[in-house]
Amino acid sequence: MTDHHHEEPFWRKYIFSVDHKVIGIQYTVTALAFLLLGFCLMLIMRWNLANPGEIVPIVGKLLSEDGNLTPDGYNSFGAMHGTIMVFLGVVPLAVGGFGNYVLPLQIGAPDMAFPKLNMASYWTFFAGGVCMLASFFMPQGTASSGWTMYAPLSVIATTGETIWLIGMVFLITSSLLGSVNFIATVIQLRANGLTWMRLPFFVWAQFITAFLLLLAFPPLEAAAVFQIMDRVAGTSFFLPSGLYVGGEVLDVAGGGTPLLWQHLFWFLAHPEVYVLILPALGIVAEIIANNTRKPLWGYRSMVYSAVFLGFMSFVVWAHHMFLTGMGTTMAAFFQTTTMIISIPSVIILSALFISLWGGSIRFNTPMLFALGFLPMFGIGGLTGLPLGLASADIHLHDTYYVIGHFHYVVAPGTIFALFAGIYYWFPKVTGKRMNEKLGKIHFIGSFICMNGVFMPMFIQGLAGVSRRLWDGGTTYLHAQPVLQYNEYMTHAALGLAFFQIFFILNLIISLSKKDKVSSNVWDATTLDWAAAPSPPLPHANFHKVPDVYHGPYEYSTNSDNGEKDFTPQNQLVKD
Amino acid sequence: MDSTQDVKNEINLYLKVFGALGVLTVFTVAVAYLNVGIGLAILIAMIIATAKGTLVVGFFMHLLHEKKMIYLILIITLVFLMSLFFITFGTIGDQVGVKIVSESDSSGIH
Amino acid sequence: MQVPFTVKPRPDTGLYNAKIGIWLFLASEVMLFGALFSSYILLRMGASTWYVGSEKLSVPIGTLNTIVLIISSVTVVMSWASLKMNDFKKYKMYMGLTIVLGFVFLFVKILFEYVPKIQHNHIPSEHNFYAIYFVLTGLHALHVIGGLVVNAYLWGPGSKMWEVEPERFSNRIEVAGLYWHFVDVVWIFLFPTIYLL
Repeated sequence: MTDHHHEEPFWRKYIFSVDHKVIGIQYTVTALAFLLLGFCLMLIMRWNLANPGEIVPIVGKLLSEDGNLTPDGYNSFGAMHGTIMVFLGVVPLAVGGFGNYVLPLQIGAPDMAFPKLNMASYWTFFAGGVCMLASFFMPQGTASSGWTMYAPLSVIATTGETIWLIGMVFLITSSLLGSVNFIATVIQLRANGLTWMRLPFFVWAQFITAFLLLLAFPPLEAAAVFQIMDRVAGTSFFLPSGLYVGGEVLDVAGGGTPLLWQHLFWFLAHPEVYVLILPALGIVAEIIANNTRKPLWGYRSMVYSAVFLGFMSFVVWAHHMFLTGMGTTMAAFFQTTTMIISIPSVIILSALFISLWGGSIRFNTPMLFALGFLPMFGIGGLTGLPLGLASADIHLHDTYYVIGHFHYVVAPGTIFALFAGIYYWFPKVTGKRMNEKLGKIHFIGSFICMNGVFMPMFIQGLAGVSRRLWDGGTTYLHAQPVLQYNEYMTHAALGLAFFQIFFILNLIISLSKKDKVSSNVWDATTLDWAAAPSPPLPHANFHKVPDVYHGPYEYSTNSDNGEKDFTPQNQLVKD
Repeated sequence: MDSTQDVKNEINLYLKVFGALGVLTVFTVAVAYLNVGIGLAILIAMIIATAKGTLVVGFFMHLLHEKKMIYLILIITLVFLMSLFFITFGTIGDQVGVKIVSESDSSGIH
Repeated sequence: MQVPFTVKPRPDTGLYNAKIGIWLFLASEVMLFGALFSSYILLRMGASTWYVGSEKLSVPIGTLNTIVLIISSVTVVMSWASLKMNDFKKYKMYMGLTIVLGFVFLFVKILFEYVPKIQHNHIPSEHNFYAIYFVLTGLHALHVIGGLVVNAYLWGPGSKMWEVEPERFSNRIEVAGLYWHFVDVVWIFLFPTIYLL
């Protein structure tokens, strides 16, 4: 049966759907909601950093009896902000949202290789999200040992931590199901003529990301099981002998080591950060090629670099552990691999910059966010270098410098790319364009405020201010000269919040528009734009399965007797 | 679909592999009672286990006749598995600092 | 438009979708059990005391379970070969045997290993030796249970597909068999590591 002769009931069409487009939208909406929640947690934390211990306006009563954010509360918010942003926000949006929706379209497939598995992966993610939310309502609060949940602190923490671990098991399972699907889909379902080197860079990025998720997550699953056992069954996987807690030796068998947790955790968590950036690079590459009306410069180098990056990401993890008493041999090893991994990142970023040269640049909102991404990711990457060098890391580890570094990569980095992607693909999903004026205000305001929030962190970090301090360093002598930045950063954060209102308004207004735009509103060459209607057909995507005749970025060609300045991938070029 | 004779030949092969697995299992247990140092014992045990695993994967799972794509996926996996094993062990012997011995039970890793 | 290559293989890769899917899944499982094994080695090397496997665990029972799983690997591949020879009755017999052997493995493990240990208070919190023993064998047993559920479905209600789509059904048996063999291979490494070393 190739066509649906009967309408599906509401719950099959919109709730338990196996259509990758519906699932992609489900992931996107859920992830955006979690991003908003994580953002709000950060706002409360930043308020407290500027005004330590004071009553928090509006939400104070929810936080504590006195209406202020307690140190325990601050720790919980910090742990959950990280967890929610990484595991419930960015990755589900970048991979579950964009990957699910766009990938089958860009390879000319009617759906993912395993549609039912796809549905299962969304609902498992949903269950994990419910668990994480439920942890907030535990009597003694949620997990509070950082998103990194280091043992032994996490082992002796309150019940919320166990719920967090169970939530992680759900999220990891969802990730595994999704990554099997993505890899099988790219290998098996490419359209006729779509060879590997004709794939849009976005597809390569998602493909490599899926491998990282597939092979790096299982050790964390093992570690989560161990930690649940330590907490619930009294084992000592991560507990050494003779550990003093509250003045008394802990009554456990001992013999374990906290370092085991760190190794297993970071074996995932380092590839995880490449999971955060690769889809973003993919999105930015598509938007730049499209809005410069030029092929990407160095496409081949970008592909090889991305593959190399994927490989290297598995052998650098202990640069997060330089201060665990590691000897010089292993420190030298990890330092070397970390320096090497910066090379493919630089190649990709440089290729994107060079792609702008000689381009006929269109400054629409997606392009603005993509252009903004480039220097921001550059700053994030450059500030990572001292952290990757063991000797410099001795001073910078666990300071605000680290927070500044990774936020630059993820916040004005990845999240800008995700905004760019939303503005870019919104017309494909809905058949309507988002408002350009509101988009431009959103961009300019966010760009300025992002830098306002995160640039001072490098200054604070270099001065030695530690991270995860609920009062932002007020009680430390060495922090006194840089304390005033806390206020400035909080103002910038509030400004950032203000400018997101333009984005939310834009979404609502654009969705309720009546006018539809053409199915290829950006004049793009890739199959998602050139071969599928906007929105694509339910379950089938294309009226006719496309064949591919050439590469993904044939821009500035003379086709259709000069009607078009580009040649879609599925259009046969007659010389 | 393969011919019936091809399948019958395959079945013969499965039975031969089963025989080999039985013999190797006997070896596995017997070797454990030899008095060799722990290092050699681990090596021998792993060699035998790898042989058994290879038989199951190669013949029962048909990996010996499988397509390139599957090989590629498995080789990549093995590379990362080895790095998880060996790099992690590299960090054990390479520690700085003073070993802390607790009163109750001493742990080898500090 | 249906998803292509669900039954017939794609010409350039030579594979049908589910086969790639199951090998990818097994690759992630290799990383999972690999992480467990490497944790075992780390914990053992770092512990001041450790027990000799053969003193605390029954080698004969472990050997019996090893043989049981190996035989079940033979029966599951025979069930697939039977389908290739169009012999549905033989398929049912061999798949049924596989399921029975799987249950035997679990019963032996639970009745003759787990229960006596718990009764003697040799529980995970006693020492990391038992902790890692229970986690490693327990997770393996959970995988056996998962395989049993799938195999039972394919023996029972799922086997109706043989009448309508025989090639798709034998592909399913092949894929289920691959998973079952993997569970066997994990035990092949688990047994000497925990019981004999």
